[in-house]
Amino acid sequence: MSSVAEKVKKIIVDKLGVDESEVTEEASFTNDLGADSLDTVELIMEFEKEFDISIPDEEAENIQTVGQAVTYVEKEAEN
Amino acid sequence: MKRVVITGLGAITPIGNSVEEFAEGLRNGRSGSDYITHFDASKFKTTFACEVKNFDGDEIFGRKEARKMDLFSQYGVVAARQAIEDSGLDFTTEDVNRIGVVWGSGIGGLRSLEEQIEINSDYEKNPRYNPFMIPKMIADIVPGQISIEYGLRGINYGTISACASSSHAIINALDNIRIGRADVIVTGGSEAAVTRAGIGGFSGMKALSSRNDDPATASRPFDKDRDGFVLGEGGGALILEEYEHAVNRGARIYAEVLGGAMTADAYHITAPHPDGLGAANVMTYALEDARVSHDAIDYINVHGTSTPLGDVAEIKAIEKVFGEKAYEVHISSTKSMTGHLLGASGAVESIACLVAMDQGFIPPTINHFTDDPEIDDRLKLTFNDPVEAEVNYALCNTFGFGGHNTSLVLKKVTA
Repeated sequence: MSSVAEKVKKIIVDKLGVDESEVTEEASFTNDLGADSLDTVELIMEFEKEFDISIPDEEAENIQTVGQAVTYVEKEAEN
Repeated sequence: MKRVVITGLGAITPIGNSVEEFAEGLRNGRSGSDYITHFDASKFKTTFACEVKNFDGDEIFGRKEARKMDLFSQYGVVAARQAIEDSGLDFTTEDVNRIGVVWGSGIGGLRSLEEQIEINSDYEKNPRYNPFMIPKMIADIVPGQISIEYGLRGINYGTISACASSSHAIINALDNIRIGRADVIVTGGSEAAVTRAGIGGFSGMKALSSRNDDPATASRPFDKDRDGFVLGEGGGALILEEYEHAVNRGARIYAEVLGGAMTADAYHITAPHPDGLGAANVMTYALEDARVSHDAIDYINVHGTSTPLGDVAEIKAIEKVFGEKAYEVHISSTKSMTGHLLGASGAVESIACLVAMDQGFIPPTINHFTDDPEIDDRLKLTFNDPVEAEVNYALCNTFGFGGHNTSLVLKKVTA
């Protein structure tokens, strides 16, 4: 697992209070991990802080699963 | 108008995290005051407070939920849970549209606001305010939280009047049930302002005691050397219920809420009226509302915060309303033990009145060392030790910055 994926997973476990084993690549924040709209906003904000990136709202709407978050962050972090 | 009784109690206080523990603390004259642990207060002018002890929100709510609740919400919800359990109400058999929550907090989630301001204090950086900051800090969130937990769909709002907030909540609950808007209302208040801004702000007003060498004796209402109040925190919850509704389900009835009143000093933003004008009015109107003569009152739980001006003004008001009877009625300030719970004080002190009725003793005004020549020594201020006494009628005073005054009249109900 990449270091980005590990960090993303850690944030999700911490903020959503879920078990690590639930945080699979396909897991959806709202459908599988019990996040509500505010939780989702908070997650995006934590990703921004952790990786020192800025995620515009229109991009944030497309980040619905753990895998999508990791892919987005990895792409941004490269730039 | 319908009669209203109290059928459940809950308390998270600096001297006990249940009504039982709180009552035991009152009887033993326990001080809840000690050095602050919530943050490093060593540089502050006041380094102590009456904090709630042994309370672990993460353990109670789980980390995920606890993170979304300010401490004042956690205290409030736990106190409400205790009161609901104590009442024996089964909401699955009740009309939840007729069950409400009216809750007081003077300040709301101060720490939650402070924390986000600290995080975002570098104005050159992109501001990233947490989406939970607002729902955590708004002072009306507790009645919302309680309604969600229990599915209570009746009247639901918060009251804000600084240190009188939960007394306004109780009086509003009383009136709403009296006129038939609800059968049951979960009421009370909670506060958690032992934070940097809370201690710093009240200290800046010179409202707080700064007896840093002896925190346990700092809250000394009516003592000549009192030097301000000791900030407290916690929550108190009461189940107010329409009398017939309570009788029909065989509920344990603690007391009847006979009446209440609300007035203003219209004098100064923080200083009390020097003659206790608003305080005298509110006691007079509360007795009128309760249809009880002042002669009937056995115990007055005073606001008595341990400030130089406030304590004297309240005594003047009591002397004005009670006349010669002022020297017969039992009086005490439980803030000597709990500190000043701000918006939660009215709820917690109403519970102190019910403990006095139930257990037949007057809780003491602890930490009395030196008589104040400005306070008549004929007054029965219950200094230092509890007094065994039958309490059938109690008056509970609470006053708030802004010049808000409230007074409640409670009557013991014997089965």
